[in-house]
Amino acid sequence: MSDLSASFALAGELVAAGDARLAAIVWLSLKVSLSATALSCVLGMPIGALLSVGRFPGRHALIVLFNGCMGLPPVVVGLLVYLLLSRAGPLGQYGLLFTPTAMIIAQTVLITPIIAALTRQVIEDEWREYREQLRSLGAGRARAGRTLLWNARFSLSTAALAGFGRAVAEVGAVMIVGGNIDGVTRVMTTTIALETSKGDLPLALALGVILIGIVLAINTGAFLVKQWAERRWG
Amino acid sequence: MPILSLLLPVLMACVFGCPAPVFAADRFITVASTTSTEQSGLFGHLLPAFEKAAGIRVRVVALGTGQALDLARRGDADVVFVHDKAAEEKFIAAGFGVKRQEVMYNDFILVGPQADPAQAAGKDILEGLRRIAATQAPFVSRGDKSGTHAAELRYWKAAGVDLATVKGPWYRDTGSGMGPALNTAASMNGYILADRGTWLNFRNRGELGIVVAGDKALFNQYGVILVNPARHAHVKQADGQTFIDWVVGAAGQQAIADYKIGGEQLFFPNASK
Repeated sequence: MSDLSASFALAGELVAAGDARLAAIVWLSLKVSLSATALSCVLGMPIGALLSVGRFPGRHALIVLFNGCMGLPPVVVGLLVYLLLSRAGPLGQYGLLFTPTAMIIAQTVLITPIIAALTRQVIEDEWREYREQLRSLGAGRARAGRTLLWNARFSLSTAALAGFGRAVAEVGAVMIVGGNIDGVTRVMTTTIALETSKGDLPLALALGVILIGIVLAINTGAFLVKQWAERRWG
Repeated sequence: MPILSLLLPVLMACVFGCPAPVFAADRFITVASTTSTEQSGLFGHLLPAFEKAAGIRVRVVALGTGQALDLARRGDADVVFVHDKAAEEKFIAAGFGVKRQEVMYNDFILVGPQADPAQAAGKDILEGLRRIAATQAPFVSRGDKSGTHAAELRYWKAAGVDLATVKGPWYRDTGSGMGPALNTAASMNGYILADRGTWLNFRNRGELGIVVAGDKALFNQYGVILVNPARHAHVKQADGQTFIDWVVGAAGQQAIADYKIGGEQLFFPNASK
């Protein structure tokens, strides 16, 4: 019990001290995971819309595939991206391994299925509700998909947050493709893993408390923005 | 794949907009090293001095020795800094490294419960291991092809203990780094072979203490190797060599000797002049 309370106290101290190194690590975590989330939205949301309003052979197989990939193990994604980006791999010439860019790529691979699958569910429900109406307006499937994505934008923010949550919390993929290099690719989760390795459990847990706090703050912010936007434009 | 190759630079550009050139201009080498050098805090002490002297940043990827050599074999590092002589010589012989130079040593220690239920304490690592096997006291193995794991397997063999036949629930193969394995040993109050550096810097000791130390067989030599540019053209040969020359040179050797925790020296420089 004393370890737990010590960790919370330490978390408070770390935040209050405003340590520059910790701030840089937090900032990199946010930069990497927010970039990955943005990319995944750009990729995943159209895929989700396509899977819900489109009708083509193999659609069901793809839906199952994307749903299944929501459970992709981060370590496996990390390994896959590592083998692609390694100097001996097909994309080795770009020298991206052990850079934040590599971490963004890995997290994008990890969470695009989550965002696509959640988007598909949301849009499919919308499609059931508005199909007749859209058809009577003469909207084709592509047009309908775009309209529904825009209509459901507030619900879709939850899909984006789910993706972000997964990205910022994972350690397996960024550890492998980032290498946990001090000052370059060290993020919150890899720092926590490192401190655990050193046996400094209170510090590791304190960093965990800070990470959870940041994720909560971002979710709170997103919730408030959503509420405000819904009142304004909903 | 061609689509991906086209897409990647675009992705980089949109995600990193302006910081990208900053990364490119930064002069750095990548060193694949072991968890013991990183987790003992040695690199945190050593590298700033080198970076200041040479103006070259060092990016350390800390893995087990086996993994570090594997990474270098794929061309993902410029220099390896590890501690498994047999594996290092194999690496050189296969043409992946230019030359192996010895840098420093420390020693392995047998860590275990202070109550020492197996009566393994003493100055003889082989006798200690025999007693642990005989009493089947809990033993935690790294099991991750690291330098320490390789050493542990050598000691069992030298002690005449055939792990394949005596292995039981008492022998826990954890497949993890030095720190995580020590955490496991602390929580189950078991014996474990560790490097002294990581142990000295390790905080979550529980009931554990040093059981066997000071046996000549526990000598642990570290070597440094430049990855062969003939094998991987992008290896930063000049900057990598600058780093190697520095660690085996007077300034680097002094910096290694100066690193202490609680007044205790962790690594002993022994580069050949």
